[in-house]
Amino acid sequence: MSAAKLELRNLHKRFGDLDVLADISLSVRPGEFVSILGPSGAGKSTIFKLLTGGLRPDGGEILFDGTALAEETQPFAFMPQRDALMPWRRIIDNTTLGLEVQGMARDSARQRVAPLFAEFGLDGFEQHYPAQLSGGMRQRAALLRTVVQDRAMLLLDEPFGALDALTRSGMQRWLETMWEHHNWTALLITHDVREAVFLSDRIYVLTERPARVLREIIVPLSRPRRDLASPEASAIEADILETLLNPPSET
Amino acid sequence: MSTSRAIASSLGRIAPALLSVGTLILAWEAYARLSGISPTTLPAPSRVIAQAVQNWPALLENTLPTISATLLGFACSLAAAFIFSVLIDFFKPLRRALFPVFIISQTLPLVAIAPLIVLWFGFGLAPKIMLVALVTFFPMLVALVQGYAATEEDIESLLASMGASPMRIFLLARLPSSLPYFFAGLRISITYAVVGAIFAEYAGAAKGLGIYILNAKNNFRPDLVLAAVLISATLTLVLFGITILIQRLAMPWDKLAAERKP
Ligand SMILES: Nc1ncnc2c1ncn2[C@@H]1O[C@H](COP(=O)(O)OP(=O)(O)OP(=O)(O)O)[C@@H](O)[C@H]1O
Ligand SMILES: [Mg+2]
Repeated sequence: MSAAKLELRNLHKRFGDLDVLADISLSVRPGEFVSILGPSGAGKSTIFKLLTGGLRPDGGEILFDGTALAEETQPFAFMPQRDALMPWRRIIDNTTLGLEVQGMARDSARQRVAPLFAEFGLDGFEQHYPAQLSGGMRQRAALLRTVVQDRAMLLLDEPFGALDALTRSGMQRWLETMWEHHNWTALLITHDVREAVFLSDRIYVLTERPARVLREIIVPLSRPRRDLASPEASAIEADILETLLNPPSET
Repeated sequence: MSTSRAIASSLGRIAPALLSVGTLILAWEAYARLSGISPTTLPAPSRVIAQAVQNWPALLENTLPTISATLLGFACSLAAAFIFSVLIDFFKPLRRALFPVFIISQTLPLVAIAPLIVLWFGFGLAPKIMLVALVTFFPMLVALVQGYAATEEDIESLLASMGASPMRIFLLARLPSSLPYFFAGLRISITYAVVGAIFAEYAGAAKGLGIYILNAKNNFRPDLVLAAVLISATLTLVLFGITILIQRLAMPWDKLAAERKP
């Protein structure tokens, strides 16, 4: 077992009187795809805000490559819950945003991103505005903007939450293929059990707010996982649903 | 082909406005002719236009100062509103310190303030600029401050996660997000600006539509008063149209977003 890329130890966060994260401990190894699965409002997005520096934890530790996460380092490429594309920027300029912020000249950033448009199914839409794209295309553009930053790890907050079921399954397959090709290390937030099972190596199931880790589930399915409804996948899915609906009472 | 269709569709859009304005003018014309009312009380539109044509050199001479007062005053007001909006955005407590002052400035009755400003600053351009700025500054400031606040939170946290400084976030996200609010404010304020300039001239000026209206009124020439009003209305409409044109050019994505909505 290799050392963890990212490790959260007993993370705790409250907003005033509202206890949101009670005790979150989890880890992600290099090249691993890990999902956080939990009810709506549990505090999943809050975990990402703690990682990206938007919020500070009230307790606990965040270790990256074995050392405490320093404020000025930013090892994560973050994809927010809504696509957060800038309506005033063309798609090409939305996807180069991270590189521009890193200080790369706009032209070189464009040259760097342009070859990836085909792979992301956005060929020919470089000069379009986000309003001209379908929901699935917007999501892919947001993902492209995330991955071109070349960070050590991807943080994806419900990337397909806003899509219809058909588009979503297509995007999940596509993401699995992309992940295998590119060797990303990824942490995914979702409340779609099937999505978590289909994409992940491991799943952390959270309780309702105040959130703690209810269960850690290893998904032993071989890749590529073309089949979303194989009996093995369905069994794991049913198991997780049972855990979520009838959480073991704490003692 | 497509341009002729575009012209036809924009004609179709302004047709109702033309119809209602035309009907109003026709009714006025009919009333002025048929009721036997004296033209020194209510001149017919045809007479107003005839007098406007006949007196156009004097009208033009008085329109140009109004235009420059409007545009200069509005430019100063925009610059000030922008600077204050940025200051307020970066130092939030400033908002609570400054807004009461600005709100009080909006409650001052123009009839009282205009003569005073003319008294203090003379008949030149300066008092007009100040009055135009006074009536347009606060609406523009509010529009900008609201516009910044309307920035999508996800976009800001995304930029923060990329390591952008507050200044970068302002330039990349908050400023562009404020554009729709800015232009909405601009359209309203530009009409205030014309009224403000004419009001300032009315309170005292060497030249300008305001002083022209005052003189025409004192000479019992309502036809010339209305001719000047016609010009100021046209001026307002043209400026309004220009702001819409600038908005179209500055926000090409806005039209696309509107088209998607059913
Ligand atoms: N900045 C904040 N100030 C106060 N309360 C907050 C703040 N951010 C989040 N919360 C609260 O914390 C709780 C968890 O929010 P969070 O966005 O992390 O939930 P989530 O698990 O991502 O939910 P969803 O699945 O619906 O996205 C919510 O009750 C929310 O109201
Ligand atoms: Mg969330």
